[in-house]
Amino acid sequence: MITVNHYLVVSAILFSLGTFGVLTRRNAIVIFMCIELMLNAVNLTFIALSNHLGNMDGQVFVFFVMTVAAAEAAVGLALMISFFRNRESIEVDDISLLKW
Amino acid sequence: MDNLMQIAMQNVNYGSIMPSLVLCIFGMALLLINVFLPRGKTTPASWIALIGLVVTAVFAARGWGDPQFGFAGHVALDKFASFSNIIFLFSAGLTILMSDEYLQREGYPIGEYYPLILFATAGAMWMASGTDMMTIFLGLEVLSISLYILAGMFRGQLRSNEAGLKYFLLGAFSTGFLVYGIALIYGVSGTTNVADIGMYLKSHPAMLGNPMTIAGMLLISVGFLFKIGAAPFHMWAPDVYQGAPTPITAFMSAGPKAAALVAFVRILILGLDGLQGDWTSLLWVLAVLTMTVGNIIAINQTNIKRMLAYSSISHAGYALVGLVAANQIGVSGILFYMLAYTFMNLGAFAVLVLAGKKGEENLTLEGFAGFGFKRPFLGVAMSIFLISLMGIPTTAGFAGKFYIFAGAIKAGYIWLAVLGVLNSAVSLYYYLRVMVYMYFKEPAEDYGWVTLHAGAVISIIISVVGVFYLGLIPGKVMEMARMALFF
Repeated sequence: MITVNHYLVVSAILFSLGTFGVLTRRNAIVIFMCIELMLNAVNLTFIALSNHLGNMDGQVFVFFVMTVAAAEAAVGLALMISFFRNRESIEVDDISLLKW
Repeated sequence: MDNLMQIAMQNVNYGSIMPSLVLCIFGMALLLINVFLPRGKTTPASWIALIGLVVTAVFAARGWGDPQFGFAGHVALDKFASFSNIIFLFSAGLTILMSDEYLQREGYPIGEYYPLILFATAGAMWMASGTDMMTIFLGLEVLSISLYILAGMFRGQLRSNEAGLKYFLLGAFSTGFLVYGIALIYGVSGTTNVADIGMYLKSHPAMLGNPMTIAGMLLISVGFLFKIGAAPFHMWAPDVYQGAPTPITAFMSAGPKAAALVAFVRILILGLDGLQGDWTSLLWVLAVLTMTVGNIIAINQTNIKRMLAYSSISHAGYALVGLVAANQIGVSGILFYMLAYTFMNLGAFAVLVLAGKKGEENLTLEGFAGFGFKRPFLGVAMSIFLISLMGIPTTAGFAGKFYIFAGAIKAGYIWLAVLGVLNSAVSLYYYLRVMVYMYFKEPAEDYGWVTLHAGAVISIIISVVGVFYLGLIPGKVMEMARMALFF
């Protein structure tokens, strides 16, 4: 029997994988994909909880998260392209002009 | 079908989102108008944007006497939201005033600049008037996504690219934490409405110790503390502030920071009231850390823009002190302080905008040697803003810090107030150093390139008036901030 707890554990694992990826990967696009993984883990949490609690708020929230993720993707990829045009690299180690 | 329409429409009240609605209409109209403006001419766009802000201010002020609630409890244009909206409108207006000549000088007269500022301000307004996690989250994202673009606006400049990309990657990362926190709190309480969460937790005290509640509270805090720029989530701030176009840096350090703070206040005090013991002890530590880290690192900076970025971190720390106090004086102190900070910081940045050359070479301390005598008006204005940032009496900065620390003392956090005052003393060093360079060093140049453009001068004058008004007669505004509270 698969309960809500299983879903919550899976989404927690996905979220942790995403976080781990953001902290360890060096390519900006892969980092962005890891962030998307985090957001989708959150979506899974919302849907599992919404189903469990029997109310729709969580599912509505998922639509907002997806919309926001799409908008972020559009802006983020554009920023990466303009960075690539000037630096010819998309590695975060090359985002190094500004330092303390 | 008629029934369905009734169900869908009955709770809609456009009055509750009128300010942000007007801003969005102006923003979208401006996007269209930009198509018809001649290439490289952005001045008309800036005027239309300013008119939009004034019209919005009328609607925002209307919420003061006549609170509006709408969208089934998702949005409230109460006094708290009205007061915050005025802060955002001031920061957007002063930013737009100082922007136009700057964009021409730097060679990026991009028309989309002004609509994006309007959209960012609308997002900030949704955060302030959001009474549901959904509205607050959506407002935060509208605000952040506009800011990502604005920070990376100067496409040909590597510095601006880096600022935009860095802000985007770290901002999206922190969004992940914020929504995960919201999801966990939703799982505990079964609702995303802030007030309902508070009521649920009050009637089910057993859930307060639930790991899911605690984790949710912590994750939401991480998301907001990142936006506020509090240590240890401040690492993005100096880089982004230094790389972004100067007026945008000014905007980011005032309006969006205030938006994140007021939304954080609403969630913590209305929604997570039951966990107050937990979040005060967390924020106590972070407030001290933020003030200290910001001030100590600011001492080492030779670039004034970067120094102001670190000073902005330390000011976020002062504001957090008010949130730790979580009483009437402390929280209304936050509102007052963010308004005061808007004037003093945007004024200082307006001087930086005027003092810079194309490509922003003149931002170092040495670049300001003898500036005060060669350019008396700008020198005096900059000194006033720096004195206010230090928190010297008769200026807005002093009144703001006074209320916040008074709130902390009243709530029994004597040590926190002492540490805050000590931190202000440390900050004297790096603010005074700028003044020393301006008045006690031999000028290396005659600053012939500095021309007093009307827009930036107007924003400096408004800021000076604001700094002295809030500093000399703070009582009236403070009384309004006290009335604005929802608890």
